[in-house]
Amino acid sequence: MQKLLLLGDEAIAQGAIDAGISGIYAYPGTPSTEITEYVMHSKEAKSLNIVAAWGANEKTAMETALGMSYAGKRAMVCMKHVGLNVAADAFVNSAITGANGGLIVVAADDPSMHSSQNEQDSRFFGKFALMPILEPGNQQEAYDMVHLGFELSEKFRIPVLMRITTRLAHSRSGVARREVRKQNDLKLPDNLKQFILLPANARRQYKTLLNNQASFIKSSEESPFNYLIDHNDKKLGIIACGLAYNYLIENFEDHRVPHPVLRIGQYPVPEKMIRNIYNSCDSLLILEDGYPLVEELLRGLLNNGKTIKGRLDGTVPRDGELNPNIVAVALGLADTRGRDIPALVTGRPPSLCKGCPHIYSYNALNEALSEFYKGRVFSDIGCYTLGALEPFDAINSCVDMGASITMAKGAADAGLIPSVAVIGDSTFTHSGMTGLLDAVNAGSSITVMILDNGTTGMTGGQDSAAVGKIEDICQALGVSKEHIRILNPLQKYHEENLAIMKEEIDYKGVSVIIPRRECIQTLTRRMREEKKKQATEKAEA
Amino acid sequence: MKKDIILAGVGGQGILSIAATIGTAALKAGLFLKQAEVHGMSQRGGDVQSNLRISDRDIASDLIPFGKADMIISVEPMESLRYLPMLSPEGWLVTNTKPYINIRNYPEMDKLMAEIESQPRHIALDADEIARELGSPKSANMVILGAASPFLDISFKELQDAIRNIFSKKGDEIIRVNLDALQAGYDFAGKHMN
Repeated sequence: MQKLLLLGDEAIAQGAIDAGISGIYAYPGTPSTEITEYVMHSKEAKSLNIVAAWGANEKTAMETALGMSYAGKRAMVCMKHVGLNVAADAFVNSAITGANGGLIVVAADDPSMHSSQNEQDSRFFGKFALMPILEPGNQQEAYDMVHLGFELSEKFRIPVLMRITTRLAHSRSGVARREVRKQNDLKLPDNLKQFILLPANARRQYKTLLNNQASFIKSSEESPFNYLIDHNDKKLGIIACGLAYNYLIENFEDHRVPHPVLRIGQYPVPEKMIRNIYNSCDSLLILEDGYPLVEELLRGLLNNGKTIKGRLDGTVPRDGELNPNIVAVALGLADTRGRDIPALVTGRPPSLCKGCPHIYSYNALNEALSEFYKGRVFSDIGCYTLGALEPFDAINSCVDMGASITMAKGAADAGLIPSVAVIGDSTFTHSGMTGLLDAVNAGSSITVMILDNGTTGMTGGQDSAAVGKIEDICQALGVSKEHIRILNPLQKYHEENLAIMKEEIDYKGVSVIIPRRECIQTLTRRMREEKKKQATEKAEA
Repeated sequence: MKKDIILAGVGGQGILSIAATIGTAALKAGLFLKQAEVHGMSQRGGDVQSNLRISDRDIASDLIPFGKADMIISVEPMESLRYLPMLSPEGWLVTNTKPYINIRNYPEMDKLMAEIESQPRHIALDADEIARELGSPKSANMVILGAASPFLDISFKELQDAIRNIFSKKGDEIIRVNLDALQAGYDFAGKHMN
């Protein structure tokens, strides 16, 4: 079969289709979004009746996938690393319930924070949950590991975490496919109490999970993705995890590293293999594209063994993603960095699109708040976070999905009145609704501006769960009808809009303002598609 | 054979269509390929780049090592300079001279051009102007690709075939203007290669 040119994300998606998933669930988040989108756009997946759906958030997606696993079918759930925080309750407990049908949880990490608030390493989450972890080093492995992951998951009846990073997620390469595996039949767990985590059951299940650790380690020792490449220069041994291996071999002619190299792609760490390379070499260098997980394990608190080099001793920078040059310097090789960037080159931060409805909304909000001292606008995760930058300088926080509303409430409790929350439609249904209920129950003096552009914009315009429901949700949560105000965020309605904003900001209670206009990106795409459709119809006529 | 290429521009300028054309030609020629892209927040009018690696041998890293890129192909003049640390001492800088100004402190054009002119190996051309003269302002990208084509180690004919392939659904007229744009860029490079 001819190789397909696929992003790492797409390789995972194709792997999932070919490994016989019956469903894939996700909430969009860079760099994970393209996995689920690929399945959604795949004709093959459609013909196989594979369910591909965005959940309201990562937790609902994780739980839905777990439900499909309960019913005996293979399921995948995808999220960015911080999405795993949202799904954590379900994720950690799913290791204790175990799986029935195969279940793979994909977490896409973003070291260097290209499009994120932090660079947390999801391998720690997998370790915390005592789950096997797969970390592909290239697109082909990403594809192959999905097959292995489902086999592991069904063999050990445990969800498996697949951890990738931005570079793999968003880099293309050739991938060879395997035969398509038939989907599982509907089959309930043999023990219908398996998924009941009442303390008595949970204690038993947890013991099973603990007892299975030895099998997980054995599986790592035998994994095709963990192997030692032996070479003569034993002054140094190198352990390279996932993508780090590529950056390592890039530095050597014919990719031949003079030192022994242990490559790790499956966890828990293969203990025997690590012991072997440690015993046969004078010192070790640990290369990980993320936090120093393996390095910390090896050094331990006392660090009284052989020299272990890596992120903790400064051989490798403590933060940020790896690249071939960082690895070269860590190995004592020359840095090949070219000419400096000329001083006249200035930063070009991202900005809101021309015609974006948020531009008007921020300008109007700034004007409405001009009589108050600055520092009272709490915002959230989305395109509108760019309101923090010039020329708006309109917001004072961006922490996690939904935090705008609850932080505004906390600040109002502290006496900062008025406090304003700015949140997008999709973020509101992701994690804003519960916070709004808190504010309503407390009668907080906050104004919540829900920027409704009808889509999940930042990640490329996926369906928003909030469409057509926002006013009803707010009202149902107890916001009074008179204080739910809908605006058309256009300059020609400015006088009216400004008056409404000022009124609601002055109101001592919870008010909601909804500036509503379609995202300019989805609008443009829709118009283009309609034009194309019309042209085709005309041609046919 | 190995070509490591940095593609540079501003989010929304469509550097990925250049990558797709080179990639299609490279695959047709049976070469290995890796292409790292930027998705997410930076796509909103920020600086974007793509690492495109083609080789007749297996490629290890998705990222090109600093100082090892054979070429920077940029659709925007200031962006072409942002990636100089990536360029090898013998590498070529091929850039559009038409600025994309969406920031307040964009450098003065004469100083910017002087910096580009001071690069040992460079081709700088107003691809937007050339594309407009050809009657297809949207094909400035292909003008830039044409100007870079002499350094690619992929035959010109393969690039032409890739364009025919990529634009096949868009009709003969679109294919023709893109081929013309590619040719115009190639001709420009031929005259300015020293």
